[in-house]
Amino acid sequence: MNRLSYRKTVNLVMLTATGVCTFLTVSILFVILGYLVYNGGKSIDWDFLTKLPLPPGQDGGGMANAIVGSALMVGLGALLGLPVGFLGGIYLAEFSGKTFGFLVRYTADLLNGVPSIVIGIFAWALIVVPRHTFSALAGGFALSLMIVPITLRSTEQFLLNVPRALREGALALGAPKWKVVATVVVPAASKGILTGMILGVARVAGETAPLLFTALNNEFWPKGLDQPTAALPVMIYKHAIAPFDDWHRQAWAAGLVLLTMVLLTNIAARWIMGRGISAQKG
Amino acid sequence: MAAPAITADRPARRQSIRSRLHGGDTVAHLVTWIFACSVLLVTIMLVWQLWSTSGLTRHKFGFQFLTGTNWDPVAGDFGGLPFIWGTVLTSVLALIISVPLGVGAAIFLAELAPARLSDTCTFLVELLAAVPSVIYGLLAIFTLVPLMHDYVDPFLKKTLGFLPLFQGPAYGGGYLTAGVILAVMTFPFIISISREALMEVPRDQREAALALGATRWESTIQVVVPFARLGILGSIFLGLARALGETMAVTMVIGNDPNIHLSLLAPGYTMASLIANEFAEANDALHLSALIEIALVLFLITIIINALARLLVIATRGKGTAHSA
Repeated sequence: MNRLSYRKTVNLVMLTATGVCTFLTVSILFVILGYLVYNGGKSIDWDFLTKLPLPPGQDGGGMANAIVGSALMVGLGALLGLPVGFLGGIYLAEFSGKTFGFLVRYTADLLNGVPSIVIGIFAWALIVVPRHTFSALAGGFALSLMIVPITLRSTEQFLLNVPRALREGALALGAPKWKVVATVVVPAASKGILTGMILGVARVAGETAPLLFTALNNEFWPKGLDQPTAALPVMIYKHAIAPFDDWHRQAWAAGLVLLTMVLLTNIAARWIMGRGISAQKG
Repeated sequence: MAAPAITADRPARRQSIRSRLHGGDTVAHLVTWIFACSVLLVTIMLVWQLWSTSGLTRHKFGFQFLTGTNWDPVAGDFGGLPFIWGTVLTSVLALIISVPLGVGAAIFLAELAPARLSDTCTFLVELLAAVPSVIYGLLAIFTLVPLMHDYVDPFLKKTLGFLPLFQGPAYGGGYLTAGVILAVMTFPFIISISREALMEVPRDQREAALALGATRWESTIQVVVPFARLGILGSIFLGLARALGETMAVTMVIGNDPNIHLSLLAPGYTMASLIANEFAEANDALHLSALIEIALVLFLITIIINALARLLVIATRGKGTAHSA
């Protein structure tokens, strides 16, 4: 009896402990959000969204150029990275043989795991060095390298989830394989694929490390792809480690803007996918 | 690569190139194949770039680069050990904190929580994984560092100060602070993948244990967790790989001191933060080459850890499907 009550106590204590673990980990998200909304909300104003940064020591100014610069580089990254990931994913799901498919899949996973700062060095060596200038092009290229493996793997996953019967039905009607893929399989998986793409883009939108020595930074509006360009995450980093109170204020505001964008995109992407799944079931 | 030719599962009659293209399958195959190959190509180029551009220091220092403790760009003397030490130490600290928390939470979410609560919590935890690392750094600089400086560090020195791990001056930023931040950044991976691995465990395994009179906890820890151990291990390795390569948050709190300290409260330096801090300013070829060699070492370490993690995760997936089929 004594032994049994001991076991029951252990059971209760440990199960409670796992609940506490869950509570702790989930509550961290709310601590982060609350703190950022509190500090960022105090700091954000219209100037922040529409003005250029002022020299250190002067109060005021904003980060409008960094917001534009981020959009520019993330857009460029998506433009370069999404098609490669998408078509590569189609190859893996529809055309690849076993061995070569495994090789590409595994390599993509490894590329996904490469530290982002190392990706930055690669883009630096490939674009900054030969062109002798830090540029938005190099930054966008670095970001695209991070988008490719994410898109590739998610596209492949969602294509493989498309029921076999759909493919066979279309093939039985005499359509060639490419037509089946383009008009039946990809549309059937389109919501999932889109979700994967959005999540990939949202992930790189917050990246700082690959931009540090590819796009560098800039105090002015972006004037072209071959110029050093400011990005929001880099601005947060530079402002947070600087010794000026007003810069800290702006870092909080920028943090709030960045986090809101990233989280909203994430939630939207998952919402699209949730609808997609229920539509398929129904 | 002969792959594009295999599509034709039609009778093997000779076709002109034109009629083959007309079907479009060969073209589609070839085009997507090229894009898939570009992934391989980029990865190979990445490795080659890192290898070739770090040649200068590889030839000059050899393996002493990995064991040297002096980093002096002005004198042209480069040893990477303090940074390797910092990277490994902060990552291990992160795992010490995040593994119990993450596996505990995964057990709760997979075994105990009702499906809706479990899905909601997992969604929230996955959002945590989407928070950019520079935001973790921002929060850490202004909240965690003062907190460590005012409360945690003095407490640790008072209670555990007899250990060399908790001696010496504490500035708030340092190995331990970086470890805490990395822990928060790794447990979303551990939770979501471990939870999946636990949920793949067949139902009858649990029921058999419960029918033998095991309590819920005993069935979980003696039957379910061992069954899913490869997946859990894989998730831990994935978390470790992320912690090793993490740059921004660590750079902002670790204190950037290129010396080896035994004390966890002391400031340190990691490989990734060294590159982040010095790369844009490095001008002479030797300094650049040294930084790129650091990147090469970091790359190799994370690749090995990642490769192991993926193999473990693949192994469990295979196992799970074999049992359910």
